[in-house]
Amino acid sequence: MMGRRGLMYPYHLWMLLFTVVPLGLILYFALTDKTGAFTLANIRQAAQPVYLGVLWHSVWLALLATGVCLLLGYPMAYILVSSPIKYRNMLVVLTVIPMWMNFLLRTYAWLTLLERNGLINGVLRWLGLPALQILYTDYAVILGMVYNFLPFMILPIYSVLMKMDKSLLEAAEDLGADSFTAFRRVTLPLSLPGVYAGVLMVFMPAVTTFVISRLLGGGQYMLIGNLIEQQFLSIGNWNFGSAVSVLMLIIILLTMLVPGKYREEEGGMLI
Amino acid sequence: MTSFVRKFYAALILLFLYLPIGVLIVFSFNASKSRASWDGFTLRWYEELLGNQMVADALSNTLIVASGSAVIATIIGTAAAFAMYQGLGCWEKRIVMNLTYLPVLNPDIVTGLSLMLLFIFCNMKLGLMTLMLSHTIFNVPYVVLTVLPKLKQFDKSIYEAALDLGATPAYAFRHIVFPAVLPGVITGLLFAFTLSLDDFVISFFTTGSGVNNLSIMIYSMARRGIHPTINALSTLLFLVVLALLLAVNRRLDSDRNK
Amino acid sequence: MKKRAVFCSLIAMLLLTALLVTGCGGSKDGGDKGKRQLKVYNWGDYIDPDVLTSFEKETGIHVIYDTFATNEDMYVKIKAGGSDYDLAIPSDYMISRMIREKLIEKIDTARLKNYKLVGDRFRGVSFDPMDEYSVPFMWGTVGIAYNTKMVKEQVDSWSILWDKKYAKQIFMLDSPRDSIGITLKYLGYSLNTGSEKELAEAGKKLLEQKPLVLAYVVDEVKDKMIAGEGAMAVVWSGDAQFIMEKNKDIAYAIPKEGTNIWIDSMVIMKGAKNKAEAMEFIDYMTRPDIARKNVEYIGYATPIPEVQGKLSKEVQESLAAYPPAELLKNAEFFNDLTDNLPKYDKVWTEVKIAQ
Repeated sequence: MMGRRGLMYPYHLWMLLFTVVPLGLILYFALTDKTGAFTLANIRQAAQPVYLGVLWHSVWLALLATGVCLLLGYPMAYILVSSPIKYRNMLVVLTVIPMWMNFLLRTYAWLTLLERNGLINGVLRWLGLPALQILYTDYAVILGMVYNFLPFMILPIYSVLMKMDKSLLEAAEDLGADSFTAFRRVTLPLSLPGVYAGVLMVFMPAVTTFVISRLLGGGQYMLIGNLIEQQFLSIGNWNFGSAVSVLMLIIILLTMLVPGKYREEEGGMLI
Repeated sequence: MTSFVRKFYAALILLFLYLPIGVLIVFSFNASKSRASWDGFTLRWYEELLGNQMVADALSNTLIVASGSAVIATIIGTAAAFAMYQGLGCWEKRIVMNLTYLPVLNPDIVTGLSLMLLFIFCNMKLGLMTLMLSHTIFNVPYVVLTVLPKLKQFDKSIYEAALDLGATPAYAFRHIVFPAVLPGVITGLLFAFTLSLDDFVISFFTTGSGVNNLSIMIYSMARRGIHPTINALSTLLFLVVLALLLAVNRRLDSDRNK
Repeated sequence: MKKRAVFCSLIAMLLLTALLVTGCGGSKDGGDKGKRQLKVYNWGDYIDPDVLTSFEKETGIHVIYDTFATNEDMYVKIKAGGSDYDLAIPSDYMISRMIREKLIEKIDTARLKNYKLVGDRFRGVSFDPMDEYSVPFMWGTVGIAYNTKMVKEQVDSWSILWDKKYAKQIFMLDSPRDSIGITLKYLGYSLNTGSEKELAEAGKKLLEQKPLVLAYVVDEVKDKMIAGEGAMAVVWSGDAQFIMEKNKDIAYAIPKEGTNIWIDSMVIMKGAKNKAEAMEFIDYMTRPDIARKNVEYIGYATPIPEVQGKLSKEVQESLAAYPPAELLKNAEFFNDLTDNLPKYDKVWTEVKIAQ
């Protein structure tokens, strides 16, 4: 298999250039002050409880959004796989196409839908139901995240469920398992790599998103993405901004290492 | 699950995904520049769109960068995923994987600024090339992430059997491994294309003068209010994509039935 | 395999469309090589597109026109040195920072035919006291837009933003400079203060106000107020003008404690390759007929009195567009805060983090 390792070296180089070097740059900013002298002050400041609180709130919202995405997305992926082959490809692409419209336009459209006098409330009122007041709450932020990241959960699960060896399921049923047990014991474990991939692809970008929380959350609180953006742009304090990002990267990658280790034992590929 | 429940659920999810798109389409016919008031039906924004060279340039840049970076990222990401799968030491794998995820986890602003500094440092002229490169960079991890689970699912012994039967690794890869992981590769390609279309922050900082894409255009309109021609453009794009999709699907369907 | 065919054809078609569109646009760029050109960096949708076309036609200068979303975005881009713009249109405080950091060049206003038309109020301003670096493009104020159906009383003070009657009906700006600025004004301080005591006081006020605020908004405030989603909002005058056109119930007030007055001005970048062209552009933009076209397209206020006199009566008399001088006697420009900026950041972070 040594020949295949050859494929790895270009990628190592790619990562060195475009991931490690930029990361080094951010580390450099995080560990220096305005004059370029070494300091730990930025990191220490970033580790203050206030900012850790901001990080925690961001992680919490991202986790909730990831959970909802998983709950909504898994059945959808399952349905996609079992849909008639005639429509399947089309349905798959249909779940992604909304994301091809600009993000800002989509989010503004959600504002129109969710407002006090918005479309959804208009329909509810017409049906004689009480109005929904979720704009400018955590619910709206989670809704926005779920909306924008749902396809990133559906498709990886779909792609592992596709071409899963159907004979395994049939064998399980032949051995007397009811369809739920067969799903739980066979399909679910086999689809886990797709689930992990989906979870990572929803969770990681959701932690640092800031436009959703600003528009749908009404800017009521600060998330880590807002904090970092504000430091880099409005305040122009790249050193502190970098320190916050570095700290966030470390904390999140470390926490992800724990399940990573667990997965290692079953031959997991992720982290 | 009964067939009805399945259809109903899928319809609900699609409704959720398409609700805002519907709003966007409706407002592209609104005579008012504001989302908040309906001043009557108009095709004015579509007319304005026709003669707008700036929008046309931005659109073409967007499509070039999105398709180019998606294809390149898919190639790089698939190769990297395959190499990772083929065998890396435990720690090597862990480090490589974590580094791979970094661009996904990194806030856009950090990625954008650090790439901008890197490009300037390397004396690269900011423009279409740097834009394409930076999009490829943030797309690669998504491809790796979608291809790896498929590889993991793939039964290695089949590949090894092929080698035993005298297939070259390249042949075995092309005819056995690649078809098996294809759904993952395609998902990766779709994601890469989608993310590239949607990115503003990284694009803004890594592009140069004279090279705009749609999201830079749209975000920079925010202070004054996004011009309804953009809604009109999005509607047209949406309809074109939908029509293409239906056409391709019908075509494939008739092929299948032959 | 069939699936691959779907996606390949999809992508191929998109690529093809892209190539076709560039084909049309690209040929035009190619022919411009020997031509004079000018690279302009401006806010999005902040010029009448016809003006750009007529400028190109009249002068033969090809304009490469890019847009930015915030002053800070533009600043980072220019400062990093990866761009080669000749001319930009930033706001006041950013201009003073760019002067200080030597990012922009002096403009010889004597060589501009139309510079004399610029109103006195926009000369000798605090961010460019000698009028050496900038030529005004648009200006405006910050004030309160309120819905007269929900707010029956007279609005003449920032204090109404702290009135518990309007709990959860108030929109504030999601911008530290603006929100802290008006609070400082309300307390009777300068909105450029560096005093920690005054800033702490403003922070306390804002914290007190937080439960009353429906949302800290940015650009979407226009649609919100038009739709009647809130009773009042802190807005830029240009936005107020737009809101009032769409919803007749909305009125605009500039509080008596004073407010922020802002100007977006044209500046020439240090080392600009096309300085002569940039001068022509500036002169063109201040020409009365052109300035009028722009101000009518954009809907903000022009710094050229002659142009102001030619606008429709309704606009001229609008408090949002052209407030009388006595309302502006306490108004201040933002200065670049330099070392005081982190103090504002601290106050704002505390306000935003509070539950």
